[in-house]
Amino acid sequence: MSIDRSAAAYWKANIRVITICLAIWALVSIGFGIVFRPLLAMLPITIGGTDLGFWFAQQGSILTFIALIFYYTWYMNRLDREYGVDEQE
Amino acid sequence: MDQFTLNLIVVGATFALYIGIAIWARAGTTADYYAASRGVNPVINGAATAADWMSAASFISMAGLIAFVGYDNSTFLMGWTGGYVLLALLLAPYLRKFGRFTVPEFIGDRFYSTTARIVAVVCLLVISITYVIGQMTGAGVAFSRFLEVQNTTGLLIASTVVFIYAVLGGMKGITYTQLAQYCVLITAYTIPAVFISLQLTGNPVPPLGLFSTHAESGLPLLTKLDQVLTELGFHDYTGHHGSTLNMVLFTMSLMVGTAGLPHVIIRFFTVPRVADARRSAGWALVFIALLYLTAPAVGAMAKLNILTTIYPDGTAEEPIRYDDKPDWMLNWEQTGLLAFEDKNEDGRLQYYNDASEEFASVAEARGWEGNEIVTFNRDILVLANPEIAQLPGWVLALIAAGGLAAALSTAAGLLLAISSAISHDLLKSVFMPRITDRQELMAARVSMAFAIVLATYLGMNPPGFAAQVVALAFGLAAATLFPALMMGIFSKKMNTQGAVAGMLVGLIATLLYIFTYLGWFFIPGTNMLPNTPDHWLFGISPLSFGAVGAILNFAAAIVVMKLTAPPPERIQELVESIRVPRGASGAIDH
Repeated sequence: MSIDRSAAAYWKANIRVITICLAIWALVSIGFGIVFRPLLAMLPITIGGTDLGFWFAQQGSILTFIALIFYYTWYMNRLDREYGVDEQE
Repeated sequence: MDQFTLNLIVVGATFALYIGIAIWARAGTTADYYAASRGVNPVINGAATAADWMSAASFISMAGLIAFVGYDNSTFLMGWTGGYVLLALLLAPYLRKFGRFTVPEFIGDRFYSTTARIVAVVCLLVISITYVIGQMTGAGVAFSRFLEVQNTTGLLIASTVVFIYAVLGGMKGITYTQLAQYCVLITAYTIPAVFISLQLTGNPVPPLGLFSTHAESGLPLLTKLDQVLTELGFHDYTGHHGSTLNMVLFTMSLMVGTAGLPHVIIRFFTVPRVADARRSAGWALVFIALLYLTAPAVGAMAKLNILTTIYPDGTAEEPIRYDDKPDWMLNWEQTGLLAFEDKNEDGRLQYYNDASEEFASVAEARGWEGNEIVTFNRDILVLANPEIAQLPGWVLALIAAGGLAAALSTAAGLLLAISSAISHDLLKSVFMPRITDRQELMAARVSMAFAIVLATYLGMNPPGFAAQVVALAFGLAAATLFPALMMGIFSKKMNTQGAVAGMLVGLIATLLYIFTYLGWFFIPGTNMLPNTPDHWLFGISPLSFGAVGAILNFAAAIVVMKLTAPPPERIQELVESIRVPRGASGAIDH
């Protein structure tokens, strides 16, 4: 059986990677930075005299956001080529 | 050379640069004027987006905003950066593929309805006009502070400069001036930050310095800051003191609102390809992060530095004498941003939290009769930094140029969004569809001039709600445009009726909620309920309501969609086509 290269399959793959990225996006900011901060504080990790949640709220989330966008860009460029929907030069 | 002359020279040089760029990048067609002919390199567009995005408030007030509240205001950091993930993943590539010039144009075409387009224009105008008022007043304040002119004079100079380069160059001129403005503002922000970080922690990278050791005490910087603050009756810096629900909703509102701001979205129409739109959002966030990672470090360090200056021998000992206070405090006292009052007439400067009941007994025992820094403007943390770090005068001049660059770049982006909505979405598409490209270009320039005059007028006579404006703009962008755009791309079945109902429900619910607590059109005394947590619906602050408005928008749109006819076949095909990148370059001309 050949791999499905239809527009529908392309879109499904895109939705999948978007869902994963947005789950991480929410986890590091709303999750680690705010809601789960008390849980992270129970870990024996301190950073600069404070807990990990504070670091996520002020730096970690922003750094993760940057990584997420570049990862998504890289992943989609590959996906575009695999499904033959990339922009030709 | 005195500081004033130095400021004039540096600011004058940057203005000459902006105008020079505008003359070089004159717009010849509407494609130039609205979208810089889609020829902007994605990295350059990233820097331009960063300048477009970071306002005078980000530059001057952000550090203080965080430093005076501490952890709880991390919401601004996460909210104002997290929106770019939504833009890159959910909107920018598809809107670029669609290949039009304005946000209402996409909504009008996708929902095959002039009504939808006009509702989107109304939302855009409310969002962008409220936002631009703050920028114009910010530019006026920046001018008066640095160039010692009246607020009004400052505002007029700012308007004239924006007028020249925005009317002449349109998006093309604005893009390359924003690139220059980004370079000016990030340099100005970074230099004093590096020095204060070196001074306090020995680490030249401010975001690392924030989490390293305070050289003087040997304690981690944040531990030291928590300690000093609690010893003076304040909340600790790293602790969580507000409502968790509002923190979550406020962060979400800022994130979704950022992704729905038209002046940010249209920047992604300027890159050549769909893949570039994705990459460009990443670069925009890199350039924004350079400032947003530095700001909390600057805030915390400047705050600690001021506290240890006032209490040189620790909080248990007496604070400094009035006559011994450093020169920079004297200088900023003259501007009114700092004010002191020797309440207990002991000749010393007591700074503490006189609102804290637990601390009252300590204060009484020490003979303190109230906090003696009676005005402590949070902008001081950025503005006074060069003097605190004893940097040469040209660094202060650079801060002046940076603050102005931040205000002008954001104002120009907003004015372009406003004027293109008028000339392209109202004139060309609704009232005068027969005008030629040249006539439309003229109309775009006239609307730009009109928008600048309006913004200048509103900046001179702010309607008394400048402080709430940001919350309103973000709340509305989150509750109206973002859901409509997202459903237009991700739901093939979404129809006119659903989209219009969603936008109207989001718009009306958000306005009503904000006006209920902050007064009708922000007129003091007209609020129907007191603006306190006890009276908020489920304890949701009006500032955090944008996220709720967005949910209401989605819900209303889906219910109405189910009850009405599905969109025609050709619209479903249109959605299919914007979902794949191939063919984007062909969409330049339409």
